[in-house]
Amino acid sequence: MNDSKDITSPGYEIPPELRHQVTITTLERIYNWGRANSLWPMMFGLACCAIEMIATAASRYDLARFGMEVMRPSPRQSDVLIISGTVTKKMVPQIVRLYNQMAEPRYVIAMGACASGGGPFKEGYNVVSGIDKFIPVDVYIPGCPPTPQALLNGLIALQKKIERQSLRDLPWYQKGPSEPIPVPVLGPDLMDPRKYALIREVTHRQTPQESQGENAHE
Amino acid sequence: MSEIIPKIAQIPDLSALFPDKVHQDTRLGYQGYIVEREHLLEVVRLLRDEYGYDYLSSVTGVDYLPEGKMEVVYHLYKTLGGPALVLKVQTPREDARVPSLVPLYRGAEFQEREAWDLLGIRFEGHPDLRRILMWEGFAGFPLRKDWREPYFEEEAKPYKSRWPEGFVFRAEDRNPFGDNVQYPPGFDPESWTPEDDEAIYRALKRVEDQDDLHAETLVVNLGPQHPSTHGVFRMVVSLVEETILDLKPVMGYLHRNHEKIGERNTFLQNMPFTDRLDYICSMSNNFGYALAVEKLMGIKPPERAEYIRVMMAELTRFLNHIFAIGFLLNDLGAYFTPALYAIEERELILDIFEAVSGSRMMCNYFRFGGVARDVSDDILEKVRRLVNDRLPRKVDEMDEFLTKNEIVRERCEGVGILTAEQAIANSASGPVLRASGVPYDVRRADPYSIYDRLEFDVAVRYHGDIYDRYLIRLDEMRQSLRILQQVLRDIPEGPIMSGKPQYQVRVPPGEAYGRVEGPKGELGFYVVSNGKPNPWRYHVRAPSFINLTSLVDMARGNKVADVVAILGSIDIVLGEVDR
Repeated sequence: MNDSKDITSPGYEIPPELRHQVTITTLERIYNWGRANSLWPMMFGLACCAIEMIATAASRYDLARFGMEVMRPSPRQSDVLIISGTVTKKMVPQIVRLYNQMAEPRYVIAMGACASGGGPFKEGYNVVSGIDKFIPVDVYIPGCPPTPQALLNGLIALQKKIERQSLRDLPWYQKGPSEPIPVPVLGPDLMDPRKYALIREVTHRQTPQESQGENAHE
Repeated sequence: MSEIIPKIAQIPDLSALFPDKVHQDTRLGYQGYIVEREHLLEVVRLLRDEYGYDYLSSVTGVDYLPEGKMEVVYHLYKTLGGPALVLKVQTPREDARVPSLVPLYRGAEFQEREAWDLLGIRFEGHPDLRRILMWEGFAGFPLRKDWREPYFEEEAKPYKSRWPEGFVFRAEDRNPFGDNVQYPPGFDPESWTPEDDEAIYRALKRVEDQDDLHAETLVVNLGPQHPSTHGVFRMVVSLVEETILDLKPVMGYLHRNHEKIGERNTFLQNMPFTDRLDYICSMSNNFGYALAVEKLMGIKPPERAEYIRVMMAELTRFLNHIFAIGFLLNDLGAYFTPALYAIEERELILDIFEAVSGSRMMCNYFRFGGVARDVSDDILEKVRRLVNDRLPRKVDEMDEFLTKNEIVRERCEGVGILTAEQAIANSASGPVLRASGVPYDVRRADPYSIYDRLEFDVAVRYHGDIYDRYLIRLDEMRQSLRILQQVLRDIPEGPIMSGKPQYQVRVPPGEAYGRVEGPKGELGFYVVSNGKPNPWRYHVRAPSFINLTSLVDMARGNKVADVVAILGSIDIVLGEVDR
C-alpha cells in the first residue's frame, strides 16, 4: 500500500538535485493513494462478525495503522460498508438504503461466510444468500467469523484495488448522477423490484396443486 | 413432623387438585401435566398465587403434525428455587388457540408473540399479538412441520446430495427464482401494498391532543442502524417533549432461523449453531444445549470434563461481563477507551479458547457426554496465571476507574429502575433480575454440573437501576474468579468423554429442558426427540430476548437520551434476541 516508489515514479527522469525535494506523480496515483489510505468504514455491525470487527479496531490489531480507524455511524460520512454478518430479508431493505445513502466513491466488503453467500444459515427462510444479490461487493473475506487478521487482509486488498483504479473509467467520475439501487420490498417474501417480471411469470405458471410453496398462507 | 407444610414449599399434585381439568402427561419420556385449555388461567393463577410458582421461564409451541395437534409448553419455577413445573396445553392444528398468560406473567408477551409468528398459535387475550421476528405479511408459519422453506431439500440431514453420493449443487439453481424466495401461486408483486410500520405505531401509547397543553407525541425510531443498539435492534419510542411515554422494541433483523435449521440438523450438527446464538459467549450456549441433550440421553460427563466445562463457562462469564461494562461506558459517552481496556482482557481469554478449541469465538467445544479436546497442562497454567494474578487486578482497576466516577454515577444512579416485582413478572433473568433484588441464580436455585460443590455467593443488588446493573457485573466477575480458583485447584485427571465420541448420537424419545445460568441470564434449551437422529423440536429460551420485556418498564418516564444507557445495561446480543 504505502509503496512510495510506485507513487513517485511518474515514468520519466527527475533531475538528481530535485529528487529529495520535489515529487512528481500523476493525478491518478496521488488521488488513489490518498483515498486508499483514509478509508472510513461505516460503524455498522450485523452479527457475529461485528464483534471481530470491533476486536480489529481495538488495540491488539489496531486498524488505525492502515488509516481506517475513523468509524462513522452515518453512511453520509463513510467510504466502506463492511457487511459484517448474516444478511436477513428483514434487514436487506435497510442495507440497500444505507448503501444508496453513502457518498461516492463507495466500497463494500462482504465479511464472513454469511455476507458472502449465506454461510451456515443459507437454507434459512429469512436469510439472503449473500449481499451481492443486491449491492456490488468489492472484497469477499472468508471465515466464520474471519479473524481480525483476515479482516485486515481484506481491507488491504481493498486498498490495493483502489490504487489500481483509473479515474477515467470509474462510474462515479462520469457525467450525470448514478442510479440508486432499487430498495427491496417485504411482501409475502422478499421482493426485488428488478425481478417483478420474473416473479409474475413464475407465480402465474404455478397452479395451487403443483406449487411447492404449498401450505397455509394467511 | 406434624406441622403443616406451607403451600409455598410444596410441589403440588395437580391431578389431585384439579381431577378433571388436569392430567399427568403419560407419554414416554415426557413430564409434567396436560391442562385443558379452558382451565389454563385458573390453574396457573392458583399455582402462582398459592404455590409460589411466580416465575414463568419459558413458553413455546410444538407442532405434533402426525397427531394433528399443537402443544404449548410452559415451564414454571419458583424464585425460591427448585425444579420446574411443566404444563402443557393442547389445541387442534387447524384452529390453534390458547388463552394468553400475559395477564398473569408479562414475561410471556414476547414468547407468545414468537409462537404466533412462527407456529401460528393464536393467544387469546394477548394485548399486542403481532409478528415479532418476521414481518407482518410474511406468508405462512415457518416452524410448522409442513411448511417448507424456499431452499427445501429434504426433511432431515444428512442430505442425500451430500452423503453418501456426495453430489452437491447450489440451492439457487433449483429454485425457480434463482434466489431464496417463494411466493403464493398467482401472486402479483405490483398489487402488493407493503404494511410498513403502521401496526407498530398503532400499538404505541400516545397522549391525546389537548388544547390547553399542546401535548404532542413525537414518535422516534432508534435503529436498526444505530451506533448504540448493539447490533441491528430497533426501538420505537413515543415522546412527550423528551420524556419517554412508551417504547416498542422491534426485532427480527437478525432472525437466522436457528430453530427451523436446528430441526433439520442432527443433534450434534446443532452444536456449532448454538455458538452463533450469543456470539460473545459461545461456551455457555454449548453448555446449555449439551445439558438438555444429555438429560434426554441419560448420560453424565466424567469428572474432568465437568471441571473443564465449568472453567470455560466461568471464563465466558468473565469476558462477557467485562465486555458489557466496556460497552455500557461506550453508551454513556466514554467512547471506546473503557471498551479498549475490556477488549484487552477479552483477547487473553480468547487466546485460551483458541488454544483448546481452535477458534476464537465459535468454539464448538462441548460434546454430549464431555468436551471435544482435553486441556493441556500448559494451558491450565496459563489460565491459572490469569485467574490468580492478572484478572483480579483488572477487575479492581475497572472498579477504581469507573465506580466512583462522577459522570457514571450521575447518569446511572436512579435511572432505568426495574423493581423486583416487575423483574419477576417480566421473567427477567441474570444480572437484570439480581440487580433488582432477587437473588435468583440457576447455579444455586437448580444446580447443574458441579456447581453444588463450589463455593460462591449469588451476587445481589437492590436498587434495580443502571448503576446496580453495572455493579452486579463487577460482583459476578469476582465470584467467577472465585469459582475458577476452586476449579483450577481441584481439577482431577481422567477421561474427558463418557463413551467414545460419536457423530450420530442415539437420543431416546422424550422431551428435556436444559438450562444454565448464562452470562446474560437463564439460557434454556427445550428439545423434543422422537427417537430419530434429528430433534423434533428445538427451542432456545434466550435470556436477552426475554430481558427486553423489561425495557419498557425501565425506560418509561426517563429521558430519551437515557434509553441508550438503559439498553446497554440490559446487555443484549442480537444473535440471541432474534436467533
